[in-house]
Amino acid sequence: MLGSFGGLFAARALAPGGADGPTPAGLTAIALVVAGLAAGAAAGGASAFAVERAAYRPLRRRGAPPLAYLISAIGASLFAYNLAGKEFGRQSVPVPELFTDGPVLSVGSVALSTQSALIIGVAAVMLLGVDWLVSSTRFGQAVRAVAQDAQTASLMGVDVEKIITGTFVLGGLLAGAGGFLYAMTFNASYTMGFVPGIKAFTAAVLGGIGNVRGAVLGGLLLGLLESYGGYLLDASYRDVIAFGVLVVILLARPAGILGARAVRAA
Amino acid sequence: MRATVGASRSGAAPAARAGARAATGPCVLGLLAAIVTGPRGDGDHPWRGVERSVLGPRIAVFAVLVALLVGARTPAGRVSLAGLAAAARRRLTPLAPLAPLALVPAGARADARAPGRAWTARRAGPGAALVLAALAPLAVSRAGQQSMVNDIGLYALLALGLNVVVGCAGLLDLGYVAFFAIGAYTTAYVTSPTAMPWHAPFTVNPFLAVPFAVAAAALAGVVLGGPTLRLGGDYLAIVTLGFGEIVQLLANNAGGITGGARGVFGVPPLSVSLPGLHYAWGLAPLPYYYLLLGLVTVVMVVFGRLEAAPLGRAWAAVREDEFAAGLTGVRTVRAKLAAFAIGASVSGFAGVLYASKQFFNPDSFSLQASILVLTLVVFGGRGNRWGVLLGVVVLQGLAYALRGIVPPPDRYIYFGAVIVAMMALRPAGLVPAPVGRALPRSGPPVVPAQPGPAVPDPAVTT
Repeated sequence: MLGSFGGLFAARALAPGGADGPTPAGLTAIALVVAGLAAGAAAGGASAFAVERAAYRPLRRRGAPPLAYLISAIGASLFAYNLAGKEFGRQSVPVPELFTDGPVLSVGSVALSTQSALIIGVAAVMLLGVDWLVSSTRFGQAVRAVAQDAQTASLMGVDVEKIITGTFVLGGLLAGAGGFLYAMTFNASYTMGFVPGIKAFTAAVLGGIGNVRGAVLGGLLLGLLESYGGYLLDASYRDVIAFGVLVVILLARPAGILGARAVRAA
Repeated sequence: MRATVGASRSGAAPAARAGARAATGPCVLGLLAAIVTGPRGDGDHPWRGVERSVLGPRIAVFAVLVALLVGARTPAGRVSLAGLAAAARRRLTPLAPLAPLALVPAGARADARAPGRAWTARRAGPGAALVLAALAPLAVSRAGQQSMVNDIGLYALLALGLNVVVGCAGLLDLGYVAFFAIGAYTTAYVTSPTAMPWHAPFTVNPFLAVPFAVAAAALAGVVLGGPTLRLGGDYLAIVTLGFGEIVQLLANNAGGITGGARGVFGVPPLSVSLPGLHYAWGLAPLPYYYLLLGLVTVVMVVFGRLEAAPLGRAWAAVREDEFAAGLTGVRTVRAKLAAFAIGASVSGFAGVLYASKQFFNPDSFSLQASILVLTLVVFGGRGNRWGVLLGVVVLQGLAYALRGIVPPPDRYIYFGAVIVAMMALRPAGLVPAPVGRALPRSGPPVVPAQPGPAVPDPAVTT
């Protein structure tokens, strides 16, 4: 799935209607941010749906080997983000300033900017939402059933195809909203999704695949490792440290930090 | 929620709805094709390209295509298509005996059937392929030859090496290009006093750098593989990905050791210097091409032998069911380690050739390069070295063919579309690996199956 998300970021990058002129304030600013998040999520969800239809469903129908899915996802990602590059231009596009960024909270010498507060807040909402969705709803139950054993789940009356599409769209929604936040800080460009896609995959593996809380822990850990690693050594080595620690952690806990002990590899 | 049984719906559905369903796919495809080939937009006018693609007069072309596709999917269209296909098959029947030549893994079958004819039958296909490969560069321009060296020859070596890891042993390696980098940098250390910030106490001809580079890459493969091969699937993939990233980042940033982002200049070209024979490979692509062709041939032959050897059979066993393989006495860790080391060696070897083309920089060793090699392997048909070769030629050839027609970055749109279509239509690759071919059959020779439609290899789905 890493590949498919790569393409999604670019697709939704320009979805928010940019407001030119003076930086909006107050309610307008909030409305704009919410609209941007919603538009990003909608575009992400729609592209995830399309990717699932085009690149995954035909393979599932034919019972393709797992590697074929990975390659198909890479192909879809190449297609999507380069098409976005063709349509939206290959220069990076800044997201217009939606609010005046400044410190909202300071503890000692550390200030929390509005931007960071926004990102943390949205992440927390999404995290709680997904955790609730997966653990306590009928949909979440079906998702977990399909993940464990798709055939048995279908015998129990779960519409496997629908559930798979649903998880794709859900992933796309989250990635799209995340992409909007990312673009607010780093601008939008057609290749912007690749590295975050890889990092997201890394974080999920680090925490333990199939575990929402593990994914959050993995993401936090990866981010902290990168920041402190870059600070302690040289900024250009931050990825070396992040990946080095990843390798070491996986050697010690092959199923990820919070991952269940792997049953026999199926 | 209700159980989905795909077939139960279609029969009773009203004709109009069935028609609409049949038309959706082609319509979406047509629209996409129109947008892909249409005018471009930019950041300030994000929808202009799409608008002009869809509303312009050229949409008519795609509308006709859609109509044809929809027509082909109606019951009447299916009947006439089936008729066409049957006619084509009848016409092609005289050529049927040639089919195994095209797909080449005929060797083992020919052996079983007619030992007397075996030698010619086994050699004819590969021989024809070799002759074709030797003549092909004479028919293309110099730029084409250059591309045949850089994009096809080198990548063929890389893909064949990765095929051992991914195709034969079934291990997913996303950092494969790291070994290529290790080979290239090792070459720079031992061949040139100026290319790197420091160099080995001796300098040798690039050909003599091969053992150093291969040893360094194989050692790296064993060091990485030793502790990581007990991880499975996604986890192995992510560890190898991390390793690949680390190697590239070190190449880029550790200026004091690797020369950093500016790259490496001044590795001497390959040369042969014997009494009575002196030759140096210069900038011309053709000599490099024939050198690569020879090396690919050697690798193909060696790997062909390897697949039938005990090690190759151990790989097949590990790939199909590691647990069962271990129970039947296969030393699974050793077999996987051997696959890793052999794959890494081939990659390191390719690194020598790459370095001796005088200049390289760390950009060549990116994750994208690893993914490209993996794509070539899976596209061609992992586990089947002929398929892998064909995959390299087809995909890289496509990239080259699109070079003049569309702007270079746009090529990847078509590249991606071809990959997705390929995986949807033939998930096991262009030339799927035959099931169980590596295992010797005891008892009377079995009558070989007629070459028929590709069956996805069920063994690899584990």
